[in-house]
Amino acid sequence: MPSCTGSIIYEKILCTVSHTLYKQFTVSRCGIGGIGNAVCVGVYGNIGFFGVLPHKSISAFSAFYRTNPAAFPMEFSQTVSYIWMQQAFLALFMMWFWEHDIAALIMEGSIAYEMVRPLDLYNRWFCQIAANRLARAVLRCSPILIVAFLVPEPYRMTLPPNAAHLLLFIFSSFLALCVVVAFSMLMYISLFYTLSPMGMRIIAAVISDFLAGATVPLPFFPEPFRTIAELLPFGAMQNMPLRIYSGNIAGTDALAGIALQIFWIIVLLFIGRLMMSRTLKKVIVQGG
Amino acid sequence: MQLYIKFFAMHLKSQMQYKLSFFLTILGQFFMSFTALLGLYFMFLRFNAVEDYTFEHVLLCFAVLLMAFSIAETFGRGFDLFPQMLGNGEFDRALVRPRNIVFQVLASKMDFTRLGRLIQAILVFCYAIPNSGVIWTWDKVLTLLFMIGCGSLIFFALFIVYAGFTFFTVEGLEFMNIFTDGGREFGRYPFSIYGKNILMFLTFVIPLALFQYYPLLYLLDREKSMFYMFTPIIGLLFIIPSYTFFRIGLRRYKSTGS
Repeated sequence: MPSCTGSIIYEKILCTVSHTLYKQFTVSRCGIGGIGNAVCVGVYGNIGFFGVLPHKSISAFSAFYRTNPAAFPMEFSQTVSYIWMQQAFLALFMMWFWEHDIAALIMEGSIAYEMVRPLDLYNRWFCQIAANRLARAVLRCSPILIVAFLVPEPYRMTLPPNAAHLLLFIFSSFLALCVVVAFSMLMYISLFYTLSPMGMRIIAAVISDFLAGATVPLPFFPEPFRTIAELLPFGAMQNMPLRIYSGNIAGTDALAGIALQIFWIIVLLFIGRLMMSRTLKKVIVQGG
Repeated sequence: MQLYIKFFAMHLKSQMQYKLSFFLTILGQFFMSFTALLGLYFMFLRFNAVEDYTFEHVLLCFAVLLMAFSIAETFGRGFDLFPQMLGNGEFDRALVRPRNIVFQVLASKMDFTRLGRLIQAILVFCYAIPNSGVIWTWDKVLTLLFMIGCGSLIFFALFIVYAGFTFFTVEGLEFMNIFTDGGREFGRYPFSIYGKNILMFLTFVIPLALFQYYPLLYLLDREKSMFYMFTPIIGLLFIIPSYTFFRIGLRRYKSTGS
């Protein structure tokens, strides 16, 4: 049985990824009107968008660097890589990406149909969220990466020090995605109780993104906060892969970080599954 | 005007219907800009200053931008969500009504949950105004009011440009966010730290620097000329091309047919 569910999950991921890719492409074409120059406006406009924001936030860091280079906690080139990679893979790691379909299931009552299906709901949603994030990241990353390697020197992104780092980065990104999804599952499950998606969700997403290093990378945090944030599950999110890529975390530190990521995945999966099974036992279906 | 007040009351009442959700969303908005503030604080704890601006100077920028933007967003939400209005055919209905079209778009949506950010801006002002080292004579107070008032009008003009683009593309264009959301994000530092080119661009093309960087120089006594005090007013000229752009778009509008 385990291998069977495994392959179903695998298929589900593939299917959702390709479906989302297809949908995004067709929507962006038809939506803009299907006329050649309008598509160009959209594509170039969005590449510009992708390039400008990271560029500006690097400028801000560079201004701090010029003011007081001694106080800078990472190397400047590491910060540059951190920001470009963060923007390129935003969809993988940011908590504020939200799966409206799942929220709608719970709030509108279609959850009843889902429960009839012979599929484990936790696995299904986990895959759906992970796959959608992956698909969006695939769509989004290439224009940013192109810009990141083309801009002039101090702002240009560098490759990681060696191939091993790149592999560690990929593995750690995968784990970070799992932590993010497992954590967001808790938020979806809590919807069964609160039924108010907006407020609590924004607060939780904003705080966890901040503690994950989305606004300011964790090395810039002052001391007690930095250590606390690094040990919490949030530190196992984007913080870890991005710092491994930039070379800020290397060697045994990187391995310890990956171990911490695995630890949090296990804990969050356990809590999530427990919450899910308890919730589904006494679920109240909303409306008709 | 009377009608606008009626709409205002209506939107306020309808959003207050779900009180808990409303207040939680306000709280969420508050937290959203609060983490930005916290990030800023952490950076200054480490660096003390950026170029020659201290934490308090930057807080003035932060609060001006936050307040201007949240005012613009509360009342200009209709233009921000204009792609939706165009997409679902609501706009066609508005066109046949015997009222000014800008007024109708304006009155169609208002978002009071942005209050969370407004409150935060006020709190930051409470700290930054006494601590910034500025001696608040009447001209300085007037400059600050210009910065906020003209700032929200310029953001509002940007929303109109954004809506104008929708006539050509139907979908909202993500890149416009560089100037609206991006302007808010990056405007928390004086625009000069991003280098000369960006400053020139934000002065002559999209006049965000006119209500942030130049009047700030006047506030901090780095420029004595009264001219700097009135730069936000000059920025208001931006409304003319943006409104013209919107009218041009409107003239070539074909219904989406939905």
